[in-house]
Amino acid sequence: MADLSINIAGIKSPNPFWLASGPPTNTGYQVQRAFEAGWGGAVWKTLGEPVINTSSRFAAVGYNGQRVMGFNNIELITDRSLEENLKEIYETKKKYPNHAIIASLMVEPQQEKWHEIVKRVEEVGVDGYELNFGCPHGMAERGMGSASGQVPELVEKQTYWTKEVATKPVIVKLTPNITDITLTAEAATRGGADAVSMINTINSLAGVDIDTWNTIPHVGNKGAHGGYCGPAVKPIALNMVGECARNERIGIPISGIGGVSNWQDAVEFMLMGSTSVQVCTAAMHHGFRIVEDMIDGLNNYLDDKGIASVMDIVGKTVPKYTNWGDLDLNYQIVAQIDNDICINCNKCHIACEDTAHQCIDMLKDDFGKDILKVREEDCVGCNLCAIVCPVDGAIEMVEVESEFPPMTWNERQATTSSSVNLVK
Amino acid sequence: MSANFEKITPDDLLANFREVKPGLTNQEAMEESNRCLFCYDAPCTIACPTGIDIPSFIKKIASGNLKGSATTIMTANPVGASCARVCPTEELCEGACVLNESTKSIMIGDLQRHATDWAIKNEQVLFKAGKKNGKTVAIVGGGPGGLSAARELALLGYKVTIFEAEEHAGGLDSYGIVSFRLPQAVSFWEVEQVESLDVEIRTNTTVGKDIQPSELLENFDRVVVAIGMSSVPALGIEGENLDGVFDAIEFVKDTKTKPITDDFVGKRVAVIGAGNTAIDGATCSVRLGAENVKILYRRTIEEMTAYDYEYEFAKQDGVEFRWLTQPTKIISDESGKITGLECIKMELGEPGEDGRRRPVPVEGSTFTLAVDVIVKAIGQSRYTKLIEGFSLNHNGGVVTVNEETYQTSNPNVFSCGDVIFGKGQGEAMVVSAAEQGKQVAYALHRQMFGVAETA
Ligand SMILES: Cc1cc2nc3c(=O)[nH]c(=O)nc-3n(C[C@H](O)[C@H](O)[C@H](O)COP(=O)(O)OP(=O)(O)OC[C@H]3O[C@@H](n4cnc5c(N)ncnc54)[C@H](O)[C@@H]3O)c2cc1C
Ligand SMILES: Cc1cc2nc3c(=O)[nH]c(=O)nc-3n(C[C@H](O)[C@H](O)[C@H](O)COP(=O)(O)O)c2cc1C
Ligand code: SF4
Repeated sequence: MADLSINIAGIKSPNPFWLASGPPTNTGYQVQRAFEAGWGGAVWKTLGEPVINTSSRFAAVGYNGQRVMGFNNIELITDRSLEENLKEIYETKKKYPNHAIIASLMVEPQQEKWHEIVKRVEEVGVDGYELNFGCPHGMAERGMGSASGQVPELVEKQTYWTKEVATKPVIVKLTPNITDITLTAEAATRGGADAVSMINTINSLAGVDIDTWNTIPHVGNKGAHGGYCGPAVKPIALNMVGECARNERIGIPISGIGGVSNWQDAVEFMLMGSTSVQVCTAAMHHGFRIVEDMIDGLNNYLDDKGIASVMDIVGKTVPKYTNWGDLDLNYQIVAQIDNDICINCNKCHIACEDTAHQCIDMLKDDFGKDILKVREEDCVGCNLCAIVCPVDGAIEMVEVESEFPPMTWNERQATTSSSVNLVK
Repeated sequence: MSANFEKITPDDLLANFREVKPGLTNQEAMEESNRCLFCYDAPCTIACPTGIDIPSFIKKIASGNLKGSATTIMTANPVGASCARVCPTEELCEGACVLNESTKSIMIGDLQRHATDWAIKNEQVLFKAGKKNGKTVAIVGGGPGGLSAARELALLGYKVTIFEAEEHAGGLDSYGIVSFRLPQAVSFWEVEQVESLDVEIRTNTTVGKDIQPSELLENFDRVVVAIGMSSVPALGIEGENLDGVFDAIEFVKDTKTKPITDDFVGKRVAVIGAGNTAIDGATCSVRLGAENVKILYRRTIEEMTAYDYEYEFAKQDGVEFRWLTQPTKIISDESGKITGLECIKMELGEPGEDGRRRPVPVEGSTFTLAVDVIVKAIGQSRYTKLIEGFSLNHNGGVVTVNEETYQTSNPNVFSCGDVIFGKGQGEAMVVSAAEQGKQVAYALHRQMFGVAETA
């Protein structure tokens, strides 16, 4: 049994699995149920001036019969009073002293407001704070959430104000609705943040009803943009985590969020630099019990690899994540098709023929049987055929030896004056 | 299988006994597991006699946590790899799947097999024995019931010794259920899992012969009797002792323990009875190269006790069914070779004691079937002598137990599995024997330490 406990910027939890701030962490009842199910921590539904939420809040996008590929919401922060929330946080922390409870906060960008809420929350014994600079809808129209999270100066200032009074670690939750998330992450670092978390939801509209011409969802025939999350956003989140993790000017721990649905997703986020991972949509789709396989799967994974502590995998892929200009332009892979496994759907052929480099031939073998063959000399190694292939193991991308030594674009630029061009 | 009997080679026959159903490919398992809704308070779990958390093990297949998946299965069901193959899933988990209402049931049995096959292939040891509590238990019989009790007791810290008459434990999973549905290796793996918990299995040791019940009662704190049922009883008709009359269970056992014989190639076989054992006897005959195999049953298809999928399987193997047919005499030539089976037609009369309509002979309807081999499958007799050796109350060889505690008339002796099946108690299935074994362990533990605890 590997050690799954983590320590992120001084916040400890028995495992890296936290519930993200959202409907699952609305109340003490829910958070306690979650801890019973095995979650290591919970970021409480964002506290602040209570709001009025709309009825009809969520919509999901399925994909080819699978439900909830992506999830869209127009829910704001907590609609319950601060007193009520604080009382339940206090009770929950008392019952579960070893689990992490992080208070998510959102107030107007004023020093007194941040001081006031931090002091009030501090009293009930939370393990840390998460500043919600991320919600992209509603609160942003009031100058909070992503509206302030998109302005590096505001991120820095508000983080600083919080740090002025907080005695517990401060995590800054970043919005992905920005061109370069490392700018706001750097701002948080400058403001004194102990960690950053990402991503909050991405501006989105789930769909349009083509009969009524209403948006999906709509509130009395009107819609507004919401925030997108769930499995569909994972690649976006993973990149943002990776970009922050490899940026030396940030250099603080990361809590990864966005589309985490099982232990493998969690491992990916951790390899990419997350110390804890947060989950919202998957818990909403299946209930708190999904954490059982997350813990069991992570534990078996670590045991199989002979890794004693989950902390040992944090950031292991980061050194491999770099700039395009540092990729070896002479590295070459080609597609190879195993015709014994191939089921002759010809999808690779048409994908390559119409949209790639026209190098998969439809042929007949000596017995007149249909086969597909890659003209390796023309293959650029784009992976498209392997991506569209519906059977495991029929198309393999294999490395071919290059006649040239490794050379990156940056190296090549540095030598453009020389007459030899080593790149094909 | 070939219909050309001259050309059948020993290798062909051997091939006939390989597992019929291929396992799911990784891709099939992935697609199927992702189709599972992951229901809460899932009806499949409720329908499983051992209460396997089915959505959880399926979710673990989908997430690539196969070890976790196999552990979830085997935790609830110590013979979960065998059950994946032999359970009547249509009547249990798969029958309860909510997707029956909308599309089609998840292939729970096949997914269960996928996960346990992975564990078998990767030689996983899934459990660790509990801290020893100083108490000893003797288990008589290493079939599903005995193994399951042993596993749970070992997890609870008991020093368990299984006494098993055969060369290997596993009971009917190892010797009674045909190889082409359940290869021995699967059952043996389950036995190894139990042995890995420091459970001693004394094979080739028949209680009542090699060691006496009194010794067990004296030398162990508790005894569990899980001896199953005995051989097929006599038909009570003339010619029964001729060469060529087989006990279905022995007949199947030979195909699992001896080199496959070619003695049955081209023969005409009559199997008597219509339970699952009859089906196994019949499909084995077909696979041994018999030219024609008939199942004779004195009642109708309605009263047949074989599962529907078993019946379908036999029909696909080309087995003929003759309903309302009662054998009356086995006919042989001067050399003692069987040549025919005299039968009489039956009709259903008034309901008997068990509520089923009693078959009665139709006068003057006697006829003769030309057959060479007869396989008896009219149920199983009981180990009454051994039960009495333990001085346990019983009803015609069915050990009487307290329904909640599985305690027999001797409070230190518990019993589970086929030996308590019949006369209104439970059902003869591997999965029910497994569940009863677990319950025996918990009840025994409660009785011993006064605590309600599960392993
Ligand atoms: C041909 C056949 C096909 C079947 N098919 C299916 C099926 O498809 N699905 C299903 O769910 N069920 C099936 N069953 C029923 C199932 O096999 C039994 O319900 C199950 O094996 C009962 O388990 P058990 O542990 O009670 O008994 P058994 O499996 O009979 O095990 C009892 C064990 O006790 C040992 N033993 C007996 N006497 C002594 C002694 N004196 N000393 C020491 N050891 C002793 C035996 O050798 C044996 O190993 C089938 C049964 C038969 C006969
Ligand atoms: C309905 C809903 C409400 C949310 N409310 C909050 C919130 O109050 N505060 C917050 O910081 N994030 C909130 N989020 C964002 C999540 O915490 C999380 O960042 C996002 O959903 C991505 O993770 P996921 O893909 O696991 O859902 C909410 C998300 C959803 C779906
Ligand atoms: S989940 Fe359904 S029942 Fe529950 S609050 Fe939402 S709409 Fe209402």
